[in-house]
Amino acid sequence: MYAQPDQYAWFAVLATAGPALLVGAAGALLMLLLGAEIPPLYLLAASLAVAAAGLLVGIQQVRPDFHARKAIERTIRWLLVGAALISIFTTFGILFSIVFEALRFFRMHSFWEFITGTVWNPGASFLAAAGRAEEGASAAQFGSVPLFAGTFMITAIAMLVAIPIGLLAAIYMAEFAPQRVRTLAKPTLEVLAGIPTVVYGFFAAITVAPIIVDIAGVFGLDASFNNAVAPGVVMGIMIIPFISSLSDDVINSVPDSMRQGSLALGMTKGETIRDVVIPAALPGIISASLLAVSRALGETMIVVMAAGMRPNLTANPLEDMTTVTVRIVAALTGDLEFESAETLSAFALGLVLFAVTLSLNLASVLMIRRFREKYRVNNL
Amino acid sequence: MSQSFDDISAQLRKRHRRSARLKWISMGALGLAGLFLVLFFADMLGKGLPAFQQAQIQVEIDYNEDAQRMGRAALEPEVSRLVSRTFERLIPGMIRDNPDLLGTSETRWVLADGEVDQYLKGHRHKLNDSQQATVDELVEQGRVELKFNTTFFTTGDSKMPEASGILSAAVGTVMTMLVTLAIAFPIGVMTAIYLEEFAPDNRLTQIIEININNLAAIPSILFGLLGLAIFINFFGVPRSSPLVGGMTLALMTLPVIIIATRTALRSVPDSIRHAAFGVGCSRWQVVRDHVLPLAMPGIMTGSIIGLAQAMGETAPLIIVGMVAFIPDVSASFTEAATVLPAQVFTWAGEPEKAFVEKTAGGILVLLAILIFLNATAVILRKKFERRW
Amino acid sequence: MNMQTAPRQTDQATPAVGQPHTRNDKACHDLSIRIRDLSLWYGQAQALKGLNIDLFQKNVTALIGPSGCGKSTFLRCLNRMNDLIPGVRIEGLVEMDGHDVNAVKMDEVALRRRVGMVFQKPNPFPKSIYENVAYAPRMHDLVSRKPEQDDLVEKALRDAGLWEEVKDKLHQPGTSLSGGQQQRLCIARAIAVQPDVILMDEPTSALDPISTATIEDLMDRLKQQFTIITVTHNMQQAARVADYTAFFHLGEIIEYNDTNTMFANPATKKAEDYITGRYG
Repeated sequence: MYAQPDQYAWFAVLATAGPALLVGAAGALLMLLLGAEIPPLYLLAASLAVAAAGLLVGIQQVRPDFHARKAIERTIRWLLVGAALISIFTTFGILFSIVFEALRFFRMHSFWEFITGTVWNPGASFLAAAGRAEEGASAAQFGSVPLFAGTFMITAIAMLVAIPIGLLAAIYMAEFAPQRVRTLAKPTLEVLAGIPTVVYGFFAAITVAPIIVDIAGVFGLDASFNNAVAPGVVMGIMIIPFISSLSDDVINSVPDSMRQGSLALGMTKGETIRDVVIPAALPGIISASLLAVSRALGETMIVVMAAGMRPNLTANPLEDMTTVTVRIVAALTGDLEFESAETLSAFALGLVLFAVTLSLNLASVLMIRRFREKYRVNNL
Repeated sequence: MSQSFDDISAQLRKRHRRSARLKWISMGALGLAGLFLVLFFADMLGKGLPAFQQAQIQVEIDYNEDAQRMGRAALEPEVSRLVSRTFERLIPGMIRDNPDLLGTSETRWVLADGEVDQYLKGHRHKLNDSQQATVDELVEQGRVELKFNTTFFTTGDSKMPEASGILSAAVGTVMTMLVTLAIAFPIGVMTAIYLEEFAPDNRLTQIIEININNLAAIPSILFGLLGLAIFINFFGVPRSSPLVGGMTLALMTLPVIIIATRTALRSVPDSIRHAAFGVGCSRWQVVRDHVLPLAMPGIMTGSIIGLAQAMGETAPLIIVGMVAFIPDVSASFTEAATVLPAQVFTWAGEPEKAFVEKTAGGILVLLAILIFLNATAVILRKKFERRW
Repeated sequence: MNMQTAPRQTDQATPAVGQPHTRNDKACHDLSIRIRDLSLWYGQAQALKGLNIDLFQKNVTALIGPSGCGKSTFLRCLNRMNDLIPGVRIEGLVEMDGHDVNAVKMDEVALRRRVGMVFQKPNPFPKSIYENVAYAPRMHDLVSRKPEQDDLVEKALRDAGLWEEVKDKLHQPGTSLSGGQQQRLCIARAIAVQPDVILMDEPTSALDPISTATIEDLMDRLKQQFTIITVTHNMQQAARVADYTAFFHLGEIIEYNDTNTMFANPATKKAEDYITGRYG
């Protein structure tokens, strides 16, 4: 015998159940996708028939000189490959679903207008979908510039908060803090990243926004309760640990010989950090920041709850402005017809968001790889 | 020629000050981040803790004829406005179910109106002066009290703040998480096993690896678009159901579980594998009987962390419609349901002030669960941590 | 001539070696660095055991001995690099220019300006070749204007024997050089600050023989301007470059002597055994 007895049994089970399950799944898929009407009873019968045939063939094959173990290993291997491919399917699923629907949108509205238009007013588009376009007071306009302006404004505010605080906190943890403080501070900061975004959204809308309005009032400025500063600042707080944790790792993996070389020249610790350690760690820090920007661009709940709904092209962060993600949510939560231009516009916005975040992520990966190769660090 | 130590020290004074400044500023930055955390939790506790108490009122209920049609008739006129309307609406039904009640009367503690609750807690309220006087009087008589809010944990959503609770959202969360784990855990672990133990180092493997890392960084809302376009529109999975929510979140959790499992598998030393191969195990037997058991604590830790992440996620669930108004606990995976963070989102959008407190209360429950999960993960890791 | 003394036998009051003396064509030596009863502990383990030694200016002193004998640790006491290691405790006196190096009021940054260091593995900064050299003098206000700075960089690179090789690519990263060039860049970086003493911690152990020879020549030239103290594993190197040699063993200085005497006619059995290759 080339295998243990139970392996022959397992082989028989595989031979019986495998093809039968495949037939069942194929039938179900056919029904779902093509709307083919196959009575479940027939499907069951077909599966059973295939199972019986499989069992017969399986038993035929079971001989003392048959490598049952190899057959089982092969099946398991294919199962594992199948599981691994699901992640690929997911990416392509996201890509195709977005691209497909976005293309439908661009058939209704010009791509150029979408990219360069400064007015986002989907107001009457649902009437057009209902075939009553003439009744709408004004034609729908889908110029995404104000949405991206709002997104970038809030992202910029978030980065203004997160990068200095995160980087400085990382410098303190890696260069100055006693070991005890470090082991405590890092997980504590990471709690900030573990808080659900919906909670931050509530915090931004209920607590931070009124404070911003009050502060602006002190300076005689008029701030909206949906100002861009509140979601920006809160998003920045959320992102601090992204920057601080990764920067801390990167600063720690800058070789100690660099620091010693600088100190031995009579540099102070501060100068060593500023002029030697940070420049050496820069690719890693940039990588962390790019990842943080990507994260901020795609952040949804904080802006949905705390930023405005009104597309507003302005440079004043105290005014209300809206973002790409807010409009995606707004377009998909109403009781709109799926075919309407407004609903489909969500996918067009999603496509741009996907492209931007994807390139940021890839750039970030490239930067960290450069750092890793330069100092031969493997744990990043 | 060279300078003396004293000369150099004098020159250095300014540079030392600057160096010290960097230390203090960076320490301040860390302190500031810590301060944010403290302020945040203080704010949430301050806003949310009152939600666990609710005003109750002791009333005389007179099950008379009129009360069969209109519950309010059973209550004394001056206090009837102070009783929650949800309770008033129950009275006709109570009489219908138990006709013996008709003509009797009883004294019992019932839920007070939300405005009374807010008044007692010193928040903004809409009670007029005479109502306030009545409430004050009742408080003195001991007939109005803040009691532990069991309603919050035993009911679903409601349009009336005093009667709304998190039960249906909590059940929805559990169901959604079951679906998520059922999909993400086996697929994630299998993918990791393939990549770590079986995969040849070829182009396909590299693509899968890059793809997984990238998937972990894609904005969550795009997973919602995928769920909407593929699961709902293409495969016809019912909208708003724990099934579609769980499937969507599973795809998001997948990379977390894969990465954690790979790390756990990689930390099992090769000597174990060599030993197992040496006694004639096949590759799969090595993995199943030797590597997986040793990697299990790490895999569990990673999965719990992934689960905690999925549990707090809201954006993709909004897109697949899980923000519905769900007053009753849903019974199946295909019925409309909501989850805790989505419930928080819905309440945050309610205009009544009393819902602010409910929102913060819901947040506290959510945070408590997440802290519990993460603490479990940390303890698991500490307990089973092994150095090879 | 120069006498050796095992530091153990030395009286505190009378220096072990270094009465002003003349040797060959050289002028009078000044007492540059005086060490008395220097002990060092890493946690519980004692790495240096009551060392006494006087080091001479404008000379090359080589520290030799088997691995783990404390020679690198001793070297790092001279510019307080051991401060960076947690759990280090130092007792005794390291005196330089009349100051106690380990005193609380001694500014270790000022100390390191006068006592430069070159490490075992070349560690150029992640900057251009030019910046690697110009950075420290600029920070120390040794140069104020750009032309002055250019001159200083050129002089330092010339002194380090690297100028001809890099003058056309000053703005390329320092890491683009070969290992031997990188080490000379590190030497140029150290001498650009114009220190009094340069410590070298096995400066050639990571280099090929040709680069090693270049750096040995360099040391010979540099001792006109600087006091050089070098740790080496390689006894031939000590014999080639050093004027004085100290033999370390298990945290003690067994013998400290004129290099010629040390290698031709060592006074202690242990030193003789080590030099003749009986152990080490």
